[in-house]
Amino acid sequence: MTDQTGTSLAPALEMRGITKRYPGVVANDGISLEVHPGEIHALLGENGAGKTTLMNVLYGLARPDEGEILLDGRVVRIAGPSDAIARGINMVHQHFMLVPVLSVGDNILLGEETMANRVFLDRKEAHRRIVELGRRFGFEIDPEARVGSLSVGWQQRVEILKALYRNARILVLDEPTAVLTPQETEEIFAVLRRLAAEGHSIVFISHKLYEVLEIADRITVIRRGRVVGQRRPAETNEDDLAELMVGREVQLTVDRGTSHPGAPVLRVSGLQAKDDRGNPAVRGVDLEVRAGEILGIAGVAGNGQDELVESIVGLRRPSAGTVSLAGTDVTGHSPRDMNEAAVAYVPADRHRFGLITPFSLADNLVLTSYYRRPYARGVLRDGDAIQRDAASAIERFDIRTPSPTVTAGTLSGGNQQKTVVAREFDRELKLLVLDQPTRGLDVGSIEFIHRQVIAKRDAGTAVLLVSAELDEVLEMSDRIGVMYAGKIVAVVDGRTADKNEVGLLMATGGADRSGITPVEARP
Amino acid sequence: MSAPLAPAPTQVRRPPGLLSRAWSVAAVPVVVTVLSVLLGAAIMLFSELLVPGRPFDWGLPLTAYSALVSGAVGNPDAIVSTLVYSTPLVFGGLAVGFGFKAGLFNIGAQGQFLVGALGAVMAGVALANVPAPIAIPLAALAGLVAGGIWGFIPGFLKAVSGAHEVVSTIMMNYVAVQLLAALVSGPLKVPRSPSPVTFDVGNAAFPVILGRNGHLGIALALLAAIFVWWLLYRTTWGFEVRAVGANRDAARYAGMRPKLITVATMTFSGALAGLAGTSVLLGVTHSMTSSFGTTVGFDSIAVALLARSNPLVIVPAALLFGGMRAGAGLMQIKAQIPVELVDVLQATILLFLVASPVLRRVLRAGSRRVGPAGSDAVVASLGGEAAAS
Repeated sequence: MTDQTGTSLAPALEMRGITKRYPGVVANDGISLEVHPGEIHALLGENGAGKTTLMNVLYGLARPDEGEILLDGRVVRIAGPSDAIARGINMVHQHFMLVPVLSVGDNILLGEETMANRVFLDRKEAHRRIVELGRRFGFEIDPEARVGSLSVGWQQRVEILKALYRNARILVLDEPTAVLTPQETEEIFAVLRRLAAEGHSIVFISHKLYEVLEIADRITVIRRGRVVGQRRPAETNEDDLAELMVGREVQLTVDRGTSHPGAPVLRVSGLQAKDDRGNPAVRGVDLEVRAGEILGIAGVAGNGQDELVESIVGLRRPSAGTVSLAGTDVTGHSPRDMNEAAVAYVPADRHRFGLITPFSLADNLVLTSYYRRPYARGVLRDGDAIQRDAASAIERFDIRTPSPTVTAGTLSGGNQQKTVVAREFDRELKLLVLDQPTRGLDVGSIEFIHRQVIAKRDAGTAVLLVSAELDEVLEMSDRIGVMYAGKIVAVVDGRTADKNEVGLLMATGGADRSGITPVEARP
Repeated sequence: MSAPLAPAPTQVRRPPGLLSRAWSVAAVPVVVTVLSVLLGAAIMLFSELLVPGRPFDWGLPLTAYSALVSGAVGNPDAIVSTLVYSTPLVFGGLAVGFGFKAGLFNIGAQGQFLVGALGAVMAGVALANVPAPIAIPLAALAGLVAGGIWGFIPGFLKAVSGAHEVVSTIMMNYVAVQLLAALVSGPLKVPRSPSPVTFDVGNAAFPVILGRNGHLGIALALLAAIFVWWLLYRTTWGFEVRAVGANRDAARYAGMRPKLITVATMTFSGALAGLAGTSVLLGVTHSMTSSFGTTVGFDSIAVALLARSNPLVIVPAALLFGGMRAGAGLMQIKAQIPVELVDVLQATILLFLVASPVLRRVLRAGSRRVGPAGSDAVVASLGGEAAAS
C-alpha cells in the first residue's frame, strides 16, 4: 500500500479548527483533519464523540461555528449535500440510501441521470459505465439486478459505485462494516484499497479498533468533540487506541475468572418454534444452563437464535418441547410469569423490545416492575419511589444523563443499553438471558456490560448469552453451543474452543467434510 | 431513528424551564389557530367579491371576528353558552385522546355519542318520575354504559381478529345512526305525535347550576378531564395504556397484555363519548328527535388533535371550538357571515394540525432539528407522546 502522506502535494481535504456547537453541547471543538490523495484516513471515536457531526459539516448538512474547509488547498464554503457532491465529496451512509425496488442501474442514476436526449435516459450508456467502473475496482455487477434482492455487502458496493459514478474524489464511509459479515468486510476492504491506489481519498469512520488498524493509513481519534491523538497503524495497537478513545485504560478482553457451576437452572428439551411467518425456526433444541455458568450460543444471525430466546422468556409459544426452570415446567408461561420467576431478559432489539423511547428514563427503569411495590400501591403509582430508585440506578450503572426525567430516546446507544441492563440486572436472578447485549456499542459500554454479566454469573445466576459476535461468545462463555438452521449442532468448551473451528461450525453446521466432529459438553 | 445531526449529550444539558415547556406544548396549537383565523379572514374578503354591488369592506373580517368573540365571551350568558357548547367536546375530546394514547384511532366517537344519548334517553324516560337524585345518576350511567358497549365491540374485534378500529368504528357509526332513527320513530316515539320525538326525561334532566342554562354536565366534564389525566399519569393502568400506545412490542415484553388493554381502552373511550351524548341529552335537549346528532363526535377528533391528547389541554381546546359555535350566531347577525364559517375554521385547524410536523420543523429551524416529517411523525404527534422529545 502506498502511503502518500507527507508529500509536498496539498491535501485533497483539509478541515481546520472546526467547531460546531449545539445548545448545551460542543459537538466539535476545534477539530483539524488532513486527508491526502490516495490515503485511507480513519476517524475513530466512541458513539457521540462528534464523528458524525464533523462529517455533516463536511457534507454541508451543518454549518460550522468556526473553522474552515479546504479542498486541494483552497478554502471552500460547502452549501449543502449537492454542492458537496459537485465538489467530489461523497458519503456512504451507515443506513443505505437506496430504493430497494429499483435496479442497481436506476439507483445509481437517481439524481445523476445520464440523458440520451431531453426526455429519455440513456440507460445503455449508463449501464456500460457502471459495469466498467465495477470491473475497475474488482467486482462484476449486474446493473439490471433489483437492489432489494442483493445482499447487504453488495448493496454497499452499489452505494460506493453511486459515489464513483458521480466522480467522487473524497469518499466518506460512515461505519461501513457495521452490517457486514467478516467475509464481506474483507471484500469491501479490497475495494477500498483499490480506490486509494487510484488516488481517491477515503475517510473511514468506525469504532472497531481492529478494522481501523487493518485498513487505515492514518488514524485520527476523537473524544468529546476534540482530536485526542493521531497514529499510524504501525506505531499503535488496540489497547493504545482504546485508551485514547475512551480516555482511560480499557480492558478489551474480559477477565472471566473461574466459574463454579452448580445445579441446572434452565433445561430446554426438544424445543421447536416457528418464526413470525410461520416457518419452523427452532427445530428441536436441547440445552441446559447451570447456576453460575455462562452458556454462549454462537451462530450466524437468523439461524433461530431470536426465536429460541423468545420461546424461553415467554414471548413466543413453542410449537413443541418443554422449557423448565429449576425443575418446574414453565413452557408457554407469560413474560410476566417468567419475570416474576427471577428470569431477566436483555432483548436483541432495544428499540423494539427493551425500551419505550418516548418514555422517561425513570419509567423505562420500572418497565417490568411498575405494578409492584414499591413502585405502585394498588393501581396508584409512587412517583417518588420511582424517581429515587432511578437516581440510584443511574449512579450505580453509570448511565450518563442529565436527569431521570429525560426521554430514553435522547440517550446514546450505550446509555440506552445500560438502562436495559440496570433494569434487568438489579435484582436477584435465577436466569439471565442475553440476546446481542452489546450490539452497536462502543468499547467503554461493552466492557461495562461484560463485567456486569460476569458479576451476575459469579453471584450464581445461570446465563444464556446469544451473540452474532463470535469474539464475544468466545471471551465470555464457559460453554459454547453452535446454532445452525434451528439446531444446536455442537457444544464446545468455552476456554479451549478454537475460533476457526467454531466459525466453521457456524457457517456449515459441521455437516461437511471438515473433519470436525461435534463435541459433547464436559462438565 | 436518530436525527442525523443531534449529537449525543456529551455534556450535561439543562432540563428545559417551565416557560419553554409551556411553549413546546402550546406553540403548535397557537400557531395553527392563528393561521386558521388569518385564512378565515382571507375567505371572508374573497367572499365579498362574489356579491355583486356590495361595497368592498376591508374591515369585514374584523367586524365578523369581534362579533364571534363577543358572542362567545361578551357577557355572562354568552360565556355560559360557550361552556354548554364545550361540554360534549370535552368528553368527546377525552374519548378520542385516550384512544390515541393507546395507539388507537377511535373515529367512532360520533356513533358512541349517539348510542350514549340513546341510552340516556331510554333510561331517563323510564325514570322520569323517580326522584332526581336517583334518576340522574342512573340515566347518566345508562349513557355511559351504552357508549362503552359501542366502543367495546370494535375493541373486541380488533383484539380477536385484528380488524382495524378505524374501519370498524366507522361502520359502527352508521349502525348507530340507523339504530337511533329506528328507535326514535318506532318504539320510543311519543304515540300520535306528528314528528318522531321521544318523551321528556323529566326528573332525570341535569339541573342548571350556572346562569340560565349552564347544566351539571359542565362540572362533570371538568371532573372527567382531571380524572382521565389522573388515570393516565398516576395509575399503573394509565402507564400500561401509554406503554401499549408508544410501543406495543415493548409492552408485551414488559408483561403487559396489549389485547386486553386494547379492549379496555376502546370500552373506556366509548364510555367517555357516551357521556358526551348523555350531557347533550340530559343537559340540553331533554328528549330526542330523529335529527338528534350534531357533529360533536367528529369535532372531538379535532379537539383531541389540537390538544395533542393531553387531557388537561383538551379543556381549553374544547372551549375554543365551543366558543366558536356559541359566537357563530352573533357573527351571522352582525356581519352577515354564515355560521358555516366556523366549520371552515375548524376544518382548517385540523388540516394545519395534520401538517404540524412540518410546522414544528419551521418553528424550531436553526435551534434544533427534528426527525423526518413522515407518517411516523404524524402518528407520533397524534399520540402526543413522542413529539415532546
